[in-house]
Amino acid sequence: MTQVHALNALQSLILSAEEAAAHAAEHAGAMAGAAAEHAAEHGEHVEALTRQVTHPAGFLWLIPFLPLLGSAINAMFGLRLQRRFGKAITSHIAIGAMTLSFLTAAFAWIQLIGLPEGERYLLNDLWTLISAGDVQVQFSFALDPLSMMMTLIITFIGTLIHVYSVGYMADEPAYWRFFCYLNLFVFSMLLLVMGDNFVLMFFGWEGVGLCSYLLIGFWYEDVEKARAAVKAFVTNRFGDFGFVLGLFLLFWAMGGAWQKVANVVPDREVRWAKADANYQVQAESGTVYLRDPTIPVEQGRTEAGTRVGPTLTFRDLRDQLTLTSMKERLLGMNFAGIPLLALVGILLFVGATAKSAQIPLYVWLPDAMAGPTPVSALIHAATMVTAGVYMVARLNFLFALSPTAMTVIAVTGAATAAFAATIGFVQYDIKKVLAYSTVSQLGFMFIGVGVGAYWAGAYHLLTHAFFKACLFLGSGSVILGCHHEQDMRKMGGLKKFMPLTEKTYRYACIAIAGFPIANGFFSKDEILWKAFTSGSNMLDPAIGKIIWTVGWLTALGTSFYMWRSYYMTFTGEYRGGHDDHGHAHAAPATAPAPAGSHVASHDAIKHGPEDVAHGGKDDHGHAPAPAHATAHAKADHADHPDHKAEGGHGHGGSPHESPNSMTWVLATLAIGCAATIVLGFWPVLGHWVPALEEPLLERWLAPVLAPSHAMVAARAMAEPGLGLEILLIAASVSVAFGGWGIARALYKDAKSTVPERVKAALPGLHRWMYNKYYVDELYQAVVLKPAYLLARAWSAFDAVVVDGLVNGIAAVGRFVCNIDGAIDTYIVDGFVNLFANNLLRLSKSLRRIQTGRIQHYLYAALAGALLVVGINYLFG
Amino acid sequence: MFTPALPHFLIVGAVLFALGTYTCITRTNAVGILMGVELILNAANVNFVAFNKYNPAPVLTGQVFALMVIVLAAAEAAVALAIVLAIYMNMKTIDVTEADTLRE
Repeated sequence: MTQVHALNALQSLILSAEEAAAHAAEHAGAMAGAAAEHAAEHGEHVEALTRQVTHPAGFLWLIPFLPLLGSAINAMFGLRLQRRFGKAITSHIAIGAMTLSFLTAAFAWIQLIGLPEGERYLLNDLWTLISAGDVQVQFSFALDPLSMMMTLIITFIGTLIHVYSVGYMADEPAYWRFFCYLNLFVFSMLLLVMGDNFVLMFFGWEGVGLCSYLLIGFWYEDVEKARAAVKAFVTNRFGDFGFVLGLFLLFWAMGGAWQKVANVVPDREVRWAKADANYQVQAESGTVYLRDPTIPVEQGRTEAGTRVGPTLTFRDLRDQLTLTSMKERLLGMNFAGIPLLALVGILLFVGATAKSAQIPLYVWLPDAMAGPTPVSALIHAATMVTAGVYMVARLNFLFALSPTAMTVIAVTGAATAAFAATIGFVQYDIKKVLAYSTVSQLGFMFIGVGVGAYWAGAYHLLTHAFFKACLFLGSGSVILGCHHEQDMRKMGGLKKFMPLTEKTYRYACIAIAGFPIANGFFSKDEILWKAFTSGSNMLDPAIGKIIWTVGWLTALGTSFYMWRSYYMTFTGEYRGGHDDHGHAHAAPATAPAPAGSHVASHDAIKHGPEDVAHGGKDDHGHAPAPAHATAHAKADHADHPDHKAEGGHGHGGSPHESPNSMTWVLATLAIGCAATIVLGFWPVLGHWVPALEEPLLERWLAPVLAPSHAMVAARAMAEPGLGLEILLIAASVSVAFGGWGIARALYKDAKSTVPERVKAALPGLHRWMYNKYYVDELYQAVVLKPAYLLARAWSAFDAVVVDGLVNGIAAVGRFVCNIDGAIDTYIVDGFVNLFANNLLRLSKSLRRIQTGRIQHYLYAALAGALLVVGINYLFG
Repeated sequence: MFTPALPHFLIVGAVLFALGTYTCITRTNAVGILMGVELILNAANVNFVAFNKYNPAPVLTGQVFALMVIVLAAAEAAVALAIVLAIYMNMKTIDVTEADTLRE
């Protein structure tokens, strides 16, 4: 009873909030006159948006097709090619496909830039996938500014990570399989972002899930890793369920396949009449175009009309939702007493929570670190996990209509960001730290797209792709250098051994921590600013400020845990010894330790004097062997060029820098972290330099985000003021430095004993956080255990009832069959055999007549002649 | 004075035919069978010539046919004797009841 009451209260809250938001929108509409200057600058008011103009581009299919081809070649011939020509050939195929794909994407980009801003929409319509009634699903690829950005990220960073994998996976026997999966992943991801409609997006959505599963479980002999793969897959199923439900609901609301909707989208005949009465109609072969009467159109221009009705195409959906009548109708619809658009938004977001690892479905991502590190970088940091953010940004016109959905997204994002960051404080596995950091950063992105700052969310997606890929690949380089050791407690002091890795990792830390000299600051700052000024985009204007506070504190945490990982890994003394690495790697690459140390010591003798001569710094004396081993490692790489391709890193127990193919990739990504500042350089400077008010990326994405722009802007806080902006920026910068300072004090050179003392003082809290708040255990108890019990119950039901039923029916069937068999054997076969036997007997006796003797035939002939004569005599 | 007429010739032909047939039926010797066949052919010849003789129309068809049969009989005898020789060389006998390898 109380539950029902609470539910009603909740519904009325949501409803009133929706009304309030609508009211606010109207109010803002009245204010539109005042903001006319602003509107003019951004092209038009929402209602004035016309149908999306597209330009054909017949080559777009090449972008996803090339990786698919590479994957297919490696899948079918990879093993044979690898045996015949060596490993290099398979990676060359994969990298070649990726490079060509990137070049094609770059070509498309150039073409897109050449178009007028509102018409930047390349379309490659290949064939009809589904045609059922009013619903047409085309197999078509599209590139608009948003998907172009995603495609460039995917192909560019994808190519880099392919190159990196050459060095990282050099020891792997199933080399071809890895590159096959990696290419297949890129194909699916491109399908996801380039698909013109929900169906293709969903194909890609599932495809990346599959590839993620395959790659997490790449080393499937290890049960732990195989289990992580299954966990990722199953968790994503939960999300997909929500996604599909949201999709169905939206489809139903647009008119559905069976639903007869009154007023705006009646069924076909009524629709015609209605259209005649109220709108000018341009129809071609049964398709109805309703035109918003407020838009003046030239005679005969069909593209000015909008197709109304159920659709799965993003373009059509956008066109419809920019019609005032359609929008009003959808806003007025309820499903089970809940505003429909809020429900659709939340359900679609459930899909995003699984794919993009948000509360409550984030649990798979940390476990996904079981996969090879390049996979973590490409799939679980740069591309796949951002699919949810992409989806929300893509459907901005839909989400912007419902402040409820926006609030849910932003609040979930903020909660996830803070929650994951705290877990990151206490993890020791370097990849786990990065995994929780990814979850946390994805939370930031969802804050961005949740509060309506779609471009800021997309910008953070882009910057995160760069710095997190760089961090992950850096950690991969460290892991490889330390002989597959992932525990930061066994690292330390790697600065000396891996100078380039250290530099790139440090710069990526600067980026993620939010120092204003790398891209991460600009994106995170913009998101937090937009959250603070979101106003009534959230259900309650206070929510935006709470989100800002949470995000601000999380930024402090982010800076802290990233610098903690940096200091634990790269400063101090090397804590991993020769004793430790024996168990680390099961592959034959682990050479016998004595041999390795022999080489190292031999090397020490050879290079000793020189190193001492120009080394001789603080802790050099404590660890002479590793220092020389660096020189040794370098010499080794120089002397044996084929070393990295075939031999792996079997020597010694000391860490070493990774091969060039890996460090160059790290360097490129670090440069990317700096270069992408340009895209979002600081709108605050617009107060002095007007050209900077709209950063490059915001301007680039403006056509895509236009349908939601005015709506969001109308609800946002009006005139927040320059002083506030500068104050918040100062706050952002201060937490970045604050987190750095704390981490530096506690973890630099592993000198401070404070972390250990804190850990000793609060063992319960530490254990609780270290074990990820026991969320996995909670899920195990609440979700999995009942599921297992249910499964077992159904299994018993199956064994007893269903099998019993089946067996019973089978027994009856067998009895009938036995009777039938007897009839067949004794009666039918009896007749057949009787006939055959008689025929046989007859033919045997007839056979005797034909003796082959001429005499007998003559007798017969004479007898016949006598007979004829006799008959003739008697009767003739 | 007894004047032979057509029936007498036909009787001779019939007797010859009967003898030939009897020879063919009763002999197991291949050469004997051949002789029987010759008798049958010649019985036919007698009939041909006799019918030609007593045919009021001025035609020579019967005689020409008889010549034809004589030639045919010669050729047949040559071929048949060659077969008999071949059988003898293979089987050391010319008993036709023994020469039954093609029967099965």
